[in-house]
Amino acid sequence: MASTFYNEVLTDHNINPEHKHSLPEANYTLEGVNPSCGDDIILNLRIEDGIIKDGSYEGSGCAISQASADMMLDLILGKTIEEAEKLSEIFLRMIKGSVSEVELESLEEASILQDISHMPARVKCAVLGWHTLDEIINKSKE
Amino acid sequence: MMTAEDKKILERFPLLINSDIVYLDSAATTQKPAEVLKAVDDYYKTSNANPLRGLYELSVKATDIYEEARKKTADFINASSDEIVFTRNATESLNLIAYSYALNTLKPGDEVVVSIAEHHSNMLPWQFACKKTGAVLRYAECTKEGLLTPNMLEKLLTDKTKIVAIAQVSNVFGCENDIQSFVSLVHEKGAVFVCDGAQSVPHMKVDVRALGVDFMAFSGHKMYAPMGIGVLYTKKEILENMDPFLYGGEMIEYVTTEGATYAEVPHKFEAGTVNAGGAAGLSKAIDFINDIGFDYIEKRESYLSELMMTELRKIPHVNIIGDDNPSNHHGIVTFTVDDVHPHDIAAILDSDKIAVRAGHHCAQPLLKYLGVMSTARASMAVYNNSDDVMRFAESVKSLRKRLGYN
Repeated sequence: MASTFYNEVLTDHNINPEHKHSLPEANYTLEGVNPSCGDDIILNLRIEDGIIKDGSYEGSGCAISQASADMMLDLILGKTIEEAEKLSEIFLRMIKGSVSEVELESLEEASILQDISHMPARVKCAVLGWHTLDEIINKSKE
Repeated sequence: MMTAEDKKILERFPLLINSDIVYLDSAATTQKPAEVLKAVDDYYKTSNANPLRGLYELSVKATDIYEEARKKTADFINASSDEIVFTRNATESLNLIAYSYALNTLKPGDEVVVSIAEHHSNMLPWQFACKKTGAVLRYAECTKEGLLTPNMLEKLLTDKTKIVAIAQVSNVFGCENDIQSFVSLVHEKGAVFVCDGAQSVPHMKVDVRALGVDFMAFSGHKMYAPMGIGVLYTKKEILENMDPFLYGGEMIEYVTTEGATYAEVPHKFEAGTVNAGGAAGLSKAIDFINDIGFDYIEKRESYLSELMMTELRKIPHVNIIGDDNPSNHHGIVTFTVDDVHPHDIAAILDSDKIAVRAGHHCAQPLLKYLGVMSTARASMAVYNNSDDVMRFAESVKSLRKRLGYN
């Protein structure tokens, strides 16, 4: 049986997500959808004084989209929106296949999705949460 | 174990014999036999010129090959040559009907009926035609096994019904509709019947006269022919009264700056340079099917569907969508696995070199109607064998574990 990038870290985030719940105190909520495959993520964030104080996601989708959103929230909670923006930029660059070792380390567990760059059909799943985050950050700056 | 018979068929397919891929996505497109590839190659190596226009021998040769392909296609479905229009694929064929027939026929308040189980290709053109003309699009529902009975259809037919468009075999369930009964009901109302044959023509003997359909659309690439050649059958008396679909070269008799007299059917509907190489491939693909024979194809695909369904039923958490009877699947087995998203199913199967389709199969309204987000689909053709099915079942069995479920 061939090995896959569905390793323990990824499947654990999918099956036992830490951040998959509602967040009544959120002041930013945005739904991100991949129409082609039906991945659907609602990202909830509480942003105060430029800091991501709390966050969660809801929705449904494949293991990659779900685990990626969960790992993303692990990374960005407590960070400033500038720091989150930088991580998002690094993550999206990692998916495109151009990232340094140091940058990769800054992504912590999310770096296990690096190999997705070889699977163009699944890139959309991995970046859905991050794209939704970028849109919320842009909105919070308005 | 692969039998000598399995091997003999497999050896005719270069892509499959040269790889260890288990190809289970034939409802999307089939692999191509060497003889079909050679026919395309031969056409370009020995007979290529622009067909239907050149006044020299080579062009006549190209024309002959193209028109022989038309004759062979006509014979294959029991039509006559002047009822066969070559297109790119079934989608283009269905759009041709919508543009050239429906837009000129439908009046505000008229009704078009499709089934909820239709592929987007047999739904969107009708949504478009209705929107343009003010006609109303009505949807026939189906059972959760994907079946649409003549009774269910009859309830939707009124004196305003002008067009009914339904697939002979569903690309999601693999089940066969009773087209003959549908056609008599539709004709009683004075409406025309459009049949999407994309999933039936490759798998069973289709006789357009016996079925009585007014239109039949299908793709070459789903029946061992190259991509880019498709077919539209239209009853001659209807085709002759239809306006052209595309305008341009070789579809006119006489042209002035003010207007043109159109060529006879079917050439009137084939503007511009045609896909003669593709037609040569389609012609050879029909030879291939005739050589193997539909008796054998149906027997084999039914056996493989049964084996696949039997193996899947042994695996906990696997749900098969569609009829319980494997002989009503025509090689198509659509399924879900509890807690596992179909895209993850396809990705893990792919890592075991097994190709299946995952998603909504271009039938979003249907899946919504069935209450599932998306599904995985394994679809077989004559080159598949029991080894393929067993490798597939083994991989499906491992899915939940590999995704961390107990």
